[in-house]
Amino acid sequence: MCGIVGLFAKTKSFENELGFHFSKMLEEMTDRGPDSAGCAMYHNVLSDGHIKIVVLSGDLLDSTILADKLSSVFSESSVEDLGSRHLLITVSSEINNVTTWLRTEYPELTVLSAGRSIEIYKEKGLPNKVIEEFSIASMSGSHALGHTRMATESAITTAHSHPFSTGDDVCLVHNGSLSNHNRLRTELQKKGINFSSDNDSEVAAGYLTWRLREGDSIDKALNRALSDLDGFYTFAVGTRDGFAVMRDPIACKPAVISETDDWVAMASEYRAIALLPNANNAPAWEPNPGQVYSWSH
Amino acid sequence: MDFNYDLAVGTTRELNQKLNAAGTEDADVSVRVLNPKGAHALAVGMTSNVSVDIEGHVGYYCAGMNQKAHITVLGNAGPAVAENMMSGRVVVSGNVSHYAGASAHGGLLVVQGDSSSRCGISLKGANIVVRGSVGHMSAFMAQSGSMVVCGDAGDALGDSLYEARLYVRGSVASLGTDCIEKTLREEHKREIDALLESSGVTGADASEFRRFGSARNLYNFDVDNADAY
Repeated sequence: MCGIVGLFAKTKSFENELGFHFSKMLEEMTDRGPDSAGCAMYHNVLSDGHIKIVVLSGDLLDSTILADKLSSVFSESSVEDLGSRHLLITVSSEINNVTTWLRTEYPELTVLSAGRSIEIYKEKGLPNKVIEEFSIASMSGSHALGHTRMATESAITTAHSHPFSTGDDVCLVHNGSLSNHNRLRTELQKKGINFSSDNDSEVAAGYLTWRLREGDSIDKALNRALSDLDGFYTFAVGTRDGFAVMRDPIACKPAVISETDDWVAMASEYRAIALLPNANNAPAWEPNPGQVYSWSH
Repeated sequence: MDFNYDLAVGTTRELNQKLNAAGTEDADVSVRVLNPKGAHALAVGMTSNVSVDIEGHVGYYCAGMNQKAHITVLGNAGPAVAENMMSGRVVVSGNVSHYAGASAHGGLLVVQGDSSSRCGISLKGANIVVRGSVGHMSAFMAQSGSMVVCGDAGDALGDSLYEARLYVRGSVASLGTDCIEKTLREEHKREIDALLESSGVTGADASEFRRFGSARNLYNFDVDNADAY
């Protein structure tokens, strides 16, 4: 069992309160996933040509040396310590140039997210702890996805936590389990997709990374996943402009969607949505099995 | 004695204790439950004829194991509403999630909206009336009781069905293994009429329904499988 939440602001005023409402939703899903929690926050969008990368560092990394080395190679670079070994790197460059450089110079770093808008924060422990460590409740943002993990098939570490980055401003959270992830991981590795854990959900993320790299739209990639991924899943996928939700055709894993004039929300259970303003008067429904639902700004 | 219970200030455990303490064999007590906000396991294990109105959406397992009580959800219900109901009546004004009425032995479950997958899975004698449609694998391994669906049924209806009777007014995406269409006789129309009437569902005529039941091919050992032993 795990918990998923997604919140998408439809108005500017709701964007200012997004972190506050999102945090309440994530915390409500604590008993579906008390092992670790994570958040993909889409905010502080950078202008064209600039990117930001959130990396998970080792304990011994000196971030000032990293900042100096970065600035000698890339222009307009900066490094911000977000706490809990998360560093936010911003540079004027292409994502691939920076991640390739990082992999060579700092192989011990794990890239958590990359893009112009997305920032992923994730950590072991209760959702409440993660929300406080990164001050998520005070953030504004256009949309956010979150995950509370109850580990079933691999270890409880930060690297095994969700959300998983799947490319430029794209990420994935997953409730369920995949049965063909080992074979699929091997196939994806041959296509040049990197994995930082033996987690099944990371394989689904890697699959999307591959399909998006090959030119699929999010909708097309998810529809193709229906035939290539074997197992149980409710997926929520974050993109620069919005998010998408899809359940496997058997649909054992729960999902509820609700919408008002101010927000669109999805969650594993309605009680996470019930905390939102005017949820009482909003329609709430379950997404159909095997159907892609998406929203964008 | 009638009372209101507000879950914004109370707890699920206290509510269920108060509900069970409220009913007696012959007194009919009415209880309004406010602010359920998707909470789990509301009004479970009822054993007396209390009338409970829950004003809002509920989470998992609402009205599970119900005996005698009349429970109304004014909203949607999460997975496994009225699971293992023994008697009484459960009405949901909105939609229900998976496994509605799973393994229910007796009583009546009425869904005014739609049901998602596996409605009436392993049904053991209760009756289910759905005003809207039911999702895939509904009535899977259903053993006895009846299910009346005024809308459509999803894939694999009645897979591995025993002796439950299934009535569908709309389309059926596909039938499960060993489930076949059977003739709708007068006795079946009378049963549909009676269930619609007791459910308060109007606008559907018994003659518009099709009946589905077990082909009973899975009941007996097939000699073609002898080599497997």
